[in-house]
Amino acid sequence: MKTWFRVFFVGGAISFRALFAWIRPWVYIPTLCVGPTTQVLFFAFLGRTAHLEDDSWFVVGNAVQSASLAALFGMGFAIDGERWMQTLSAVLATPANRSALFLGRTLPVLLNASVSAGTGFVGGALFLGFRPPLSALPGLAFLVVLGAFACTGLGMLSAAVGLRMRDVPIIANLTMAVLLIFCGVNVPLDKLPQWMHVAAEGLPLTHAIAAARRVADGASLSSVSTSVAVEAALGLAYLAAGFVLLRVFEEQGRRTGSLERA
Amino acid sequence: MKPLRVFATGFVLHFKNLSASPFMVVTAAVWPLVYATLAFLMFRATHQAPSLLYAALGAAVMGIWSTTATSAGGAVQQQRNWKVLELLVAAPSPLILVLAPITVAIAGIGVYSIVTTLLWGRLLFGVPFHVLHPALFLVSIPAAVLSIGLLGLVLASTLVLYREASAFSQMLEYPVWMITGMLIPLSLLPGWIHPISWVLAPTWGMRAVRRAALGGSVGTPLLMCVLLTVVYTVLAVVLLHHFERLARDRATLSLS
Repeated sequence: MKTWFRVFFVGGAISFRALFAWIRPWVYIPTLCVGPTTQVLFFAFLGRTAHLEDDSWFVVGNAVQSASLAALFGMGFAIDGERWMQTLSAVLATPANRSALFLGRTLPVLLNASVSAGTGFVGGALFLGFRPPLSALPGLAFLVVLGAFACTGLGMLSAAVGLRMRDVPIIANLTMAVLLIFCGVNVPLDKLPQWMHVAAEGLPLTHAIAAARRVADGASLSSVSTSVAVEAALGLAYLAAGFVLLRVFEEQGRRTGSLERA
Repeated sequence: MKPLRVFATGFVLHFKNLSASPFMVVTAAVWPLVYATLAFLMFRATHQAPSLLYAALGAAVMGIWSTTATSAGGAVQQQRNWKVLELLVAAPSPLILVLAPITVAIAGIGVYSIVTTLLWGRLLFGVPFHVLHPALFLVSIPAAVLSIGLLGLVLASTLVLYREASAFSQMLEYPVWMITGMLIPLSLLPGWIHPISWVLAPTWGMRAVRRAALGGSVGTPLLMCVLLTVVYTVLAVVLLHHFERLARDRATLSLS
């Protein structure tokens, strides 16, 4: 059990540091700290143009959604990056427990995605006067982490697909686009066509965003417990599906000798 | 004629090269559809929003800036990564004639976004595509591409000594969309932003394309595109000369 935790925590952290190639903060700041704020501002002003909802509505939706960038690309690179570094075979040749090995990579990604989404809220507060009640902040923080968790689960699934496809960034890009359109980030769910509304119910972020908007309006976290439960269940389901698919593709890759060549 | 030939050959080469990149095609052809879809859904949800054709044209030109912001800023860096920067600098043609086709081609593949966005709007959302001045519309698009591409070159020349030029340049994607009137009217933004938008080619490129399609005077925006193209070219020549001299002095041309 001790080894499992060591691989989970230490292995996950080392993998994140190595694959992120973090030497200086000049990639991190523009992409993951400024990016969410500019997204929040763009859609808040687009909302004003369309006379659709108020700024706070867009701040919450876009800030929570911005977790998807770090989560989807982060998980994609956590697997695909090994292939680019030509270390994938070495990693998969280790006898380490696979759940510790793969799931350990989700934790730094999840934390990073949460911090990134948090900067969207800070940007909203600085530039758009977003001021939720102070009592709502812990609930909002929890919902950001929850949304980031569900996105990380989906990221695990897309990373698994990356074992079979060459262009993981494209998968992450397209998945992010789907989340942006379907999850009620910028268009209220009841204004979407019915089939999109139905699809949104099964996607990460939809329920976290809806809950976060209510909490930002002053509702208690317990009053959004159903949304919280559904979001957590979706995150777990995507994570489990991603993990199973990773194992299946790993097995196939070993058998066909195709791990390094997608 | 020789400079023109060097530019045209480089443009065609890089345009073909970029068109073969799945990442660039997704950036140019798919992301504008995402923003167009969002704009259509948002504008359709209320009765006080601008027309859907306004949104379609905005999203289409956003695609041109999108490819420029994601790739042009790091264009010089990319040549360095491919180990061809030294060869390009050593070529007998002026450096600007070698590098400008790259950034203009990057902006040029944004043209895919115009085609896909207008088709998407027509087929899925029933957006009527009726252009008031077809000839001016066809002139406005290359004018917008050229001026935006050269803005990309200025960006690339400015950021050339900055290791993470691409990341910085990508950061400018949303802000430039926002302050150049692509989907958000400038009148909604604070007054101090207006002068900034006037020196950015996407403002005038967007205005030219939109006025050619929806009505209004196209002359001024087209003239501004030409004027900014000249200004950006001069700026890029100066910046590239400075970069080349520094890189030769310090022997850092191939180093990031």
